[in-house]
Amino acid sequence: MNTSMSYEGRIAAGLRELVATLVPGAAVEGLQRLSGGATQETWRFEVASSAGSTTMILRRAPSGRLSQEAVGLDIEARLISAARDRDVPVPRVRHVLTPDDGLGSGFIMDFVEGETLGGRIVKSETFAAVRETLSRRCGEILAKVHSIDTAQFPSLRSSAPMELLQHWEAQYRSTQWPRPVFVCAFRWLRQTCPPPPARPCVVHGDFRNGNLIIGADGIRAVLDWELAHIGDPMEDIGWLCVNSWRFGRMDKVVGGFGDLADLIAGYNQAGGAPIRIESCKWWEVFGTLRWGVMCATMTAAFRTTDPTVERAAIARRASETEIDLLRLLAG
Amino acid sequence: MQDQPTPGEMLKAVAAFLRGAGPKEAQPHVAYQTRVAANVLDLVARELAIAPRENTLEAERLRAILKCDGSLEELNTAFAEALDRGTLSIMSPKVWDHLWATTLAKLSIDQPAYSGYRAALTDRDGLANP
Repeated sequence: MNTSMSYEGRIAAGLRELVATLVPGAAVEGLQRLSGGATQETWRFEVASSAGSTTMILRRAPSGRLSQEAVGLDIEARLISAARDRDVPVPRVRHVLTPDDGLGSGFIMDFVEGETLGGRIVKSETFAAVRETLSRRCGEILAKVHSIDTAQFPSLRSSAPMELLQHWEAQYRSTQWPRPVFVCAFRWLRQTCPPPPARPCVVHGDFRNGNLIIGADGIRAVLDWELAHIGDPMEDIGWLCVNSWRFGRMDKVVGGFGDLADLIAGYNQAGGAPIRIESCKWWEVFGTLRWGVMCATMTAAFRTTDPTVERAAIARRASETEIDLLRLLAG
Repeated sequence: MQDQPTPGEMLKAVAAFLRGAGPKEAQPHVAYQTRVAANVLDLVARELAIAPRENTLEAERLRAILKCDGSLEELNTAFAEALDRGTLSIMSPKVWDHLWATTLAKLSIDQPAYSGYRAALTDRDGLANP
């Protein structure tokens, strides 16, 4: 490959070669890097052939830039396919990259049209009617995600709540920057920690407003499976309630669009196994703290592997979780 | 004495430039990064304006709580360790008030429009110690 080519040029060249083997006679057009996805690149392009044009997405990670918690893009592709088998709305995976493709690790999937920006989803008049249905639908979808056969994914990290706490506390300590509010939250979480789940399941790990593609017809796709692991189903529910994903609609506990009762009703109706909903506050505090630690660790990434403005900006979002933690600990 | 305009004024001008001249024909990720860059400059301008006074107050409160002296980072490290060991507790009104005051000041720099911050400003008085 020509080393004087631009970064985008090299991606385009790799894709052209790959698409020609997948769809003989097809061309790659309109390659465009999309925003969003702080740890991975997302590219959009058209596959044009005599049969018409299809929009596709390339998810890729230049080697060595994945965050420590990420499952790897090949596992992510398998998770998406397993979720599809369970009737979870996800994009169809078209190809998982191999070393021969020369594009790093990643996969190609269908582009799904719709809105992902949380602020628009919670505020826009366009989604006024669909907002009423989203919480219940999230419950149904989560019940299906949590029914994925864990035996298919032996490489996924499996952790009890106390082990998760220890993991994130170690991450916090690695930042070597004192955060008294985080320390208080870790202490509260240790003192009130729920037991290991009776039935550990596949946890999506980043199921929130912002990772859902929404249309006038509802949830069209669940994205970003990179943080999946085995654990307590309540983790996904608590995470979906974290204030950072309510985009200003604090009164709508679930994603800024709905109520917990609707979510539980959807979960139960879709055949979800019994969940300990009384532990929801613990998981919301845990999720808030987890997001705070994720932000705090971005400083190290900013100073080493990823010195971008976006990294710096996310690192400075740690304090939003401190105010939310204080509010939660007070309540 | 350094000449004018002040750093804060120049940062505001650069942020306004990035917002106005933000290349509209650019690829979406470039347009997005440009908006983020403008937001970061605004944050830095707020920190230059707010942090000197707030850091002084924070250090004063910490010295009173810990009954010792040190740099702001040393004081916060000692404070965090005391909270972790349980020798200080958020049940103490002094500790609780300090955590609120410090966190509100951080948010006024990092994200003055954040929902949790706006809500905390309005119902702060209604929230007692845990």
